[in-house]
Amino acid sequence: MLRPFALHRPATVAEASEILAQQGRDAALYAGGTELLLILKEGLLRVKSLVDIKRLPGLAGIRADNGHLLIGAAATHRAVEHAPEVHARCPLIARVARHVANVRVRSVGTVGGNLAFADPHSDLATAFLLFDATVRLAAQAGERELALGDFVVGPYETSRRDEEILTSVRLTPWPAGTVGAYVKYGLHERPTLGVAVALTVAGGAVRGARIAVGCVGPRPQRLAGAEARLGGWSLADVERRAGEVGAEAAAAVDAVDDLHGSAEYKRDMTRVFVRRALLVAAARSAGRESHERHPHTVVV
Amino acid sequence: MSAIPIRSSSSVRCIVNGRPVALEVRPEALLLDVLRDRLQLKGARRSCDMQVCGACTVLVDGAPVSACTYLAVEVDGREVTTVEGLADGDRLHPLQEAFIDHGAVQCGFCTAGMLLTAKALLAEDPSPTPERVAEYLRGSLCRCTGYRKILDAILACATPKAAAR
Repeated sequence: MLRPFALHRPATVAEASEILAQQGRDAALYAGGTELLLILKEGLLRVKSLVDIKRLPGLAGIRADNGHLLIGAAATHRAVEHAPEVHARCPLIARVARHVANVRVRSVGTVGGNLAFADPHSDLATAFLLFDATVRLAAQAGERELALGDFVVGPYETSRRDEEILTSVRLTPWPAGTVGAYVKYGLHERPTLGVAVALTVAGGAVRGARIAVGCVGPRPQRLAGAEARLGGWSLADVERRAGEVGAEAAAAVDAVDDLHGSAEYKRDMTRVFVRRALLVAAARSAGRESHERHPHTVVV
Repeated sequence: MSAIPIRSSSSVRCIVNGRPVALEVRPEALLLDVLRDRLQLKGARRSCDMQVCGACTVLVDGAPVSACTYLAVEVDGREVTTVEGLADGDRLHPLQEAFIDHGAVQCGFCTAGMLLTAKALLAEDPSPTPERVAEYLRGSLCRCTGYRKILDAILACATPKAAAR
């Protein structure tokens, strides 16, 4: 049962921002409601108004933008899963979207809501980090653009100001010759761990590596040290020495104890899954399917 | 200045199981409560109340949603299908027939959600692989059947691969 609230349906971002500025934390932004309505039902958050932004012009759009991919904050996971622009430019994201939560959440839940809610046990932010994602925040006073890593501050915490609205996410597609993999693991409804890797291979050697690990700590993170270790390796090196990168990732990752397990457990799982994701990506890069089959592994 | 917010009741006009419906609903009313308590459609059930189990699944414009965590005002101008809308008079929907034939129903609590989820899947992908069916049913929980019979029933309604397209 939900406590009574007023429902605002502003026609523009400026109007929405004005309501937020007036009402502060008595108002909550509302799009799909898949996260918000849950915490309202539980009484974990009490508000006087919801500000429905999913019908704002352009907010649900997905389009190419000057070589980048722009995903509107109100685009649903299902829309991302099916959008031709996503398949063409950032296919890993389309595949990850298909594995978010369950089909009912994907029908209704939005990309912006997912990022702004900042539940650490989530897939999108981890995968977005591999595409150097930036987010756009709009208010009456103007707009600003932030790196996703600066937007997500901690569990359920972002640097969005009360009067700001997350309007879009911008992804930078990978260079040619890049293969990516996303592997997740969990026994609960939300993932316990998510690992995203991408290898850019030219002339038989790794020219660029990207590794992001999510769910195990307060927020998803890129692991620059582990990425650097792969530089110049051949694919055979990757297949032989992926365990070293996994160990480096495990040492570097910020892991915490929570209901999904101890920090030590998550560190060890990071070691295993970074290695596994690299093997899957290397096999695909070499034109083979990985000999190992893992549930919830997506490769492009 | 912003448009006037919805504070008390607002009118919602929609199609429920093929019939036009007009209702006054409060902004905080959940679709599940409106279906069960106002429209007396008891097929969608409240169970986990947090979008995890699928017992309250209904279709809104063909897409499965958890009615327990979905505002009723959202269905204004849209089409809602509950399990009560599957049969055509006395003639059961092919999925319902298949569930009976395959013994995919035991206690029946999850069945309405399973049927509607299966309907949405087959509309999207008429010839799904068994893996695809299992993937699509993630978040639709059954504590009786072990899923095997549900899977078989859904696959029995799939268009054979060769006939598809």
